[in-house]
Amino acid sequence: MAAINQETKREGFFQRLGRQIEGWVGIETYRMLKGLVTNPISIAGLVLLGIFLFIAIFAPVLAPPAHVDDPFQIPRDGYGAVPKPPGSLWNSRQPPLPFWWKPIMGTEQWTHIMGTASGQWDIYYGVVWGTRTALRVGLIITLIGAAIGVTLGAISAYYGGIVDMVIMRITDIFMAFPFLPAAMTLSAILTPVMGKGLFPAMVALSVFGWTGFARLLRSDILSIREREYVLAARVIGVRDAQIMFRHVLPNAIFPTLVLASMRIGSYVITFSALSFLGIGAEVGYADWGQLLSFARAWMTQLGEYWYIVIYPGVALVLFCLSWNLVGDALRDILDPRLRGTQ
Amino acid sequence: MVNYIIRRLLLVPVMLWGVTILIFGMFSFLSPVERSALYVRDIPRNERVLEGIITRYGLDQPIYIQYWKWLVGHKNEVTGEVEGGILRGEFGYSRTASQPVAELIRRRFPATLELALLAVIPVVGGGVLLGVVAAVNHNKLADHLARIFAIVGWSFPDFVFGLLVLMFFYARLEWFPPGRVSDWANRAIMSEEFRSYTQLVTLDSLLNLRLDIFWDAVRHMILPVITLAYLWWALNLRVTRSSMLEVLRQDYITTARAKGLVERLVINRHALPNGLMPVVTLGGGTVIGLLGGVVIVETVFNYPGIGSAAAAAAVNLDVLTILAFTLMNGFILVVANVIVDILYAVIDPRVRLD
Repeated sequence: MAAINQETKREGFFQRLGRQIEGWVGIETYRMLKGLVTNPISIAGLVLLGIFLFIAIFAPVLAPPAHVDDPFQIPRDGYGAVPKPPGSLWNSRQPPLPFWWKPIMGTEQWTHIMGTASGQWDIYYGVVWGTRTALRVGLIITLIGAAIGVTLGAISAYYGGIVDMVIMRITDIFMAFPFLPAAMTLSAILTPVMGKGLFPAMVALSVFGWTGFARLLRSDILSIREREYVLAARVIGVRDAQIMFRHVLPNAIFPTLVLASMRIGSYVITFSALSFLGIGAEVGYADWGQLLSFARAWMTQLGEYWYIVIYPGVALVLFCLSWNLVGDALRDILDPRLRGTQ
Repeated sequence: MVNYIIRRLLLVPVMLWGVTILIFGMFSFLSPVERSALYVRDIPRNERVLEGIITRYGLDQPIYIQYWKWLVGHKNEVTGEVEGGILRGEFGYSRTASQPVAELIRRRFPATLELALLAVIPVVGGGVLLGVVAAVNHNKLADHLARIFAIVGWSFPDFVFGLLVLMFFYARLEWFPPGRVSDWANRAIMSEEFRSYTQLVTLDSLLNLRLDIFWDAVRHMILPVITLAYLWWALNLRVTRSSMLEVLRQDYITTARAKGLVERLVINRHALPNGLMPVVTLGGGTVIGLLGGVVIVETVFNYPGIGSAAAAAAVNLDVLTILAFTLMNGFILVVANVIVDILYAVIDPRVRLD
């Protein structure tokens, strides 16, 4: 009896909490949030994302950097060309030991948890700090790309006519290039101008990455503009700009959110691909694609040096998977046509 | 219909013009000095040399004149000959490949074409087949597996996948080697008796009745083709599945079932023709995928095509080569998209009417 009471009480609490949140964020956002935490696919995605966030936030604890002022520089144990397997000991220039190592392992000897790549770069450091790089790169490129795309898409849909035609033709021209080769070209050109590092590749990915956002938002605005409630707002004399920002944009933005969450993964993949080819992050920078590029020297012996591919590769795949799972679940929640068919 | 096709074709020159503008726009990020450096093969002895090149090639002139010269070439005042001009196929000299860019593309293109041609059937066919199977078995095990594959596959970068298959099928099992052909086969191809009709090794070896070379070439291509294909299976599966599901819900399918048709006939005769219509629109995406994919796949598998040449050029900041490659990509894609659009209008009467 007491247990049942407890149950109803707790349910009451969650319902009250739900209503409270609904009051804060509005019914649409509340439905989206509720869908996200009840859908098994998105829960899997969110848990994975949580793990990556944890690793990124606690990177200095998980892998204390050797150079405090430049933590993204992977520490290296000598200069030997041959990779060392996971579990080999640090021989020279051992970076600071994390505090949890001694209580667990009972020794002050730091080891290469995931082995080293050629040049004795420590893979564990690269994977841990690479999480920060991936999050940063993915979020920044998506934000810039979405900002450009949303602005152009909204302008295009709002003004229509010749403005719309010109913007859409420009979008078509940007889409006339396959994403990876185009970004590769632009970052190769930008490298002498901007200097080596992450920026040329990030700018290049943003320059070619906005097109999908512009097209999507434009078509969503065009369809929402025809709805009755917009007509009603117009009839009672609401100004155009207010209709656009208060009534149309907030309702048209949800598919763009889905696209953004799915794009983060693919931007990180493309950025890593550039690093893998040798155009993104510099050698020794904590980036998964850059770590994977070490495998290129050992193509014929990958059976022996599997750890160069597996650790950063798994990190990259899981990272993209987590965003895609969340995006997939979001799409199911937000697309009313899909409701009930899954 | 004719009206639609004409309107669509009229857009092609505009698009191609836009493509050249965008490429030239990227090119002009570089300062005149940096661009003039692209025309010298050796390190110049003094700065006057670069200045000479800047005036000779007109790199300090207004941007529209430079664009025009870049497009159609310019007259050399000493010899009176027309030099350069990307429309004349003169893309300049490739530093990484130590030969003119046009020559590099001409030599490397057949290998890439062969890879792409072999990949098209598995790319499209595999995804469509999986999609149809998933839709027909809606909400059963096959459908769930296909959906999981679609999400996981889409999250799997092609270069990681390529490295993994290399690790298992080459380093561990030694089944499929990287490269285009083995050394002995390459010697045979280079020899006098072997006649290259098409530059495509698989086709040429068959025409020369050399089954051993054919088999060797196929063995080298299996891994690159799978790596190119699997990513697009995930996408094509999704499109085919949802389109098939939509068709299977239509009334005329219920009618077909109600009049007692066998399920196989309902699917093959009535559902498939309509369900596969949107698959045609994937054609453009497939071309994008192949053009982008060859860069990665050729690099991972050490396959001597234009993709790996472009990647090598990008790493070494060989701007002229990489711009020519990107320009070629843009042209191919514009043309491919027009073909897809027209094809779609032919298949689906609803498109023509708007």
